[in-house]
Amino acid sequence: MIYFDNSATTKPYDEVLRSFLKVSSEYFGNPSSLHRIGGQAEKLLHQARKQIASLLNVKTNEIYFTSGGTESNNLAIKGAALKYKNRGNHIITTAVEHASVREAVNQLKEFGFRVTFIPVDKNGRASVKDVEEAITDETILVSMIHVNNEMGCIQPVEEVGRMLQRYPRILFHVDHVQGAGKVPLDLHRNNIHLCSLSGHKFHGLKGTGILYIKEGIQILPLFSGGEQERKFRSGTENVAGFVAMAKALRLTMEKRQQSLELMSRIKERLMEGLATIDGIVLHTPKTHSAPHIINFSVSGVKGETFVHALEERDIYISTTSACSSKKQEPSRTLLAMGVPKEIAANAVRISLSYENTIEEAEYFLKTVKETIKKLKKVVEKK
Amino acid sequence: MMHDRILIRYGELSLKGRNRHLFVDKLKESVKRAVKDFPNAKVEARRERMYVILNGENDREIIDRIKGIFGIQSLSPVITTSWDLEEMKKAALELVKSRYREGDTFKVSARRSDKGFPLKSNELNQTFGAHILKNVPGIKVDVSRPDITLQIEVRKNAVYLSCENIPGPGGLPPGSSGKAMLMLSGGIDSPVAGYLSMKRGLEIEAVHFFSPPFTSERAKDKVIQLCKKLANYSGGYFVLHIVPFTEIQTLIHKQIPEGYTMTTTRRMMLRITDRIREKFSGMAIVTGESIGQVASQTIESMYAINAVTSTPVLRPLVTMDKLEIIEIAKEIGTYEISNLPYEDCCTIFVPPKPKTKPKKEKVEYYESFIDFEPLIEKAVQETETLTIVPGQTQEEEEFEELF
Repeated sequence: MIYFDNSATTKPYDEVLRSFLKVSSEYFGNPSSLHRIGGQAEKLLHQARKQIASLLNVKTNEIYFTSGGTESNNLAIKGAALKYKNRGNHIITTAVEHASVREAVNQLKEFGFRVTFIPVDKNGRASVKDVEEAITDETILVSMIHVNNEMGCIQPVEEVGRMLQRYPRILFHVDHVQGAGKVPLDLHRNNIHLCSLSGHKFHGLKGTGILYIKEGIQILPLFSGGEQERKFRSGTENVAGFVAMAKALRLTMEKRQQSLELMSRIKERLMEGLATIDGIVLHTPKTHSAPHIINFSVSGVKGETFVHALEERDIYISTTSACSSKKQEPSRTLLAMGVPKEIAANAVRISLSYENTIEEAEYFLKTVKETIKKLKKVVEKK
Repeated sequence: MMHDRILIRYGELSLKGRNRHLFVDKLKESVKRAVKDFPNAKVEARRERMYVILNGENDREIIDRIKGIFGIQSLSPVITTSWDLEEMKKAALELVKSRYREGDTFKVSARRSDKGFPLKSNELNQTFGAHILKNVPGIKVDVSRPDITLQIEVRKNAVYLSCENIPGPGGLPPGSSGKAMLMLSGGIDSPVAGYLSMKRGLEIEAVHFFSPPFTSERAKDKVIQLCKKLANYSGGYFVLHIVPFTEIQTLIHKQIPEGYTMTTTRRMMLRITDRIREKFSGMAIVTGESIGQVASQTIESMYAINAVTSTPVLRPLVTMDKLEIIEIAKEIGTYEISNLPYEDCCTIFVPPKPKTKPKKEKVEYYESFIDFEPLIEKAVQETETLTIVPGQTQEEEEFEELF
């Protein structure tokens, strides 16, 4: 099996599963309970928070646990917008956001907010200049994806963050779900106030996420209840999941140290191999792109058909993002980049993890060639 | 990592004239203790500077352990080179490149302590500035607010280059001013009081009153965690005395009129602390009191409580506002721990209306009906003395594999 769909989700590391199991069975207490069993759970929760904070180079009290990327994005955007609505009602984001950002800001329109979607160039990148020009006196929030989930392009979040330093009224949220463990991002140095991460994208478990909230920033909680997570996110904490996530993040960062170069080599080999195959259009740009995502179209073959054809050979990739791949719409990101609709409809995405090997890449290229040949024959016969 | 040693600059102790070596020795002891988990690291103390020679150990981990030690003005991870200009240039470039991000500015700040070196400080600045400008594309010079400062320190036989200057806490080295006992409740104030007295070189041991089942294990854990934080500033260990206090506390509750229970409780705590101080040869007692903060900290209360001893009671926070104290607590990392909501010896048995202006004569009169002496003696005898090191507890070790 070749699993090249790591941006949809990753396989949890065995060590991570072992931690989850052990915490779930031996330290099952509710961290809010006063007794010893509760105390242990509380310590574990604290330790998880501390470890994640230190891996992300932020303060322990800036880490909040959530159920995943979607919740973190919603909590950051709605929570900040509603909290600071007396400062203004304008939000800026880009045309290539994940659905959980796009739909969150769209929903805010119903509450009287105005939203500007910054367009991207043919490489999928928004420009700092466009963001700055969109700023008005009413702007209170800029939300930007770091690594685009479909294309892998890296947005200029560092530059936008530094630019926004001149606008102290504006909060800056970064969707770092795809970037975590792959493309480092210094949160403090780049003036980022809110940042979302998701555990299952770096070999943790589904249902676990992180929202970084810079010290001093307030948000309106979306869940009311027992005031866990320092009042910002009520609900009994998923201690086992968060401990597992802390471990997954550590392991991922360690692997990054050892295997980033290999991953980049695999990506390069794939890009260069795909470019030589007749009928393939590469969408992922060579520069400003993450080391793990490649997006391309096979001309004349629907993305879905191609995914299933590779599946027959035990290779797993996806059409657009996992969240929208069942809707059978062409990728919004590709359309925003100016790719024609008929080519966008044929797009597929490969996404790597540190577990993938160069041999898999070679086998993949060989199989893609054969598959295209076979599919073309079928199409031509018709 | 490229750094081969950490350079430590002294603070006020460099003013200490002929006693200077005593202070330097104390600082060396603390630094040595703080890096003892790194077997290859060697500590070398000179008159003007101290060095931790890494011998392959991790610079960041060592910096984390030592950067809070009092007596350190600042420190820098450095690359050591000979007086050879080419070798210096190579190191300088490597350092700047490792820090450089698009758009950064820099300056060179050279210091020629050994005047035998052929280039003057100014010439060094120019030579290295030019070398960096030529070899790091896009970098610009900004002498007033640079993003990167390349420091070059020329000393006898060696040159130390660094791009980082990490501020230390200043003050005097741990233990250079004798020993005192800190009354540590678990609240926000007492750890700060301990921290500030350590800043002036006092060696601090903590005394904590433990009243099970009225106070929980978690409250005791909290105090241990606080001691671990404080251990970072005392050079690697912290002594904690845990006094069993239930018996005395229940007796006070039963025998003393309600308005005065708090005053008597504090008086007993002070008497016990004084006894422990004597036993462990301390010279003073430190508390986290600040005038008027709570009923026991009015000046009348302090007078009535303090009357049980003539030992100096140091109150570093006496004139500070709560917010100022919180500020320091956050800085030294004790605030989050102190804020955990467990009952401690100060919060249980607090009468609904404690006297804010207790009379010394009255409290003495009430206490005269009870013989506290044997109970105090027993509490001192049964006091448990722990040496807390920053490392892990057994439970934390068990937890470690989970992370």
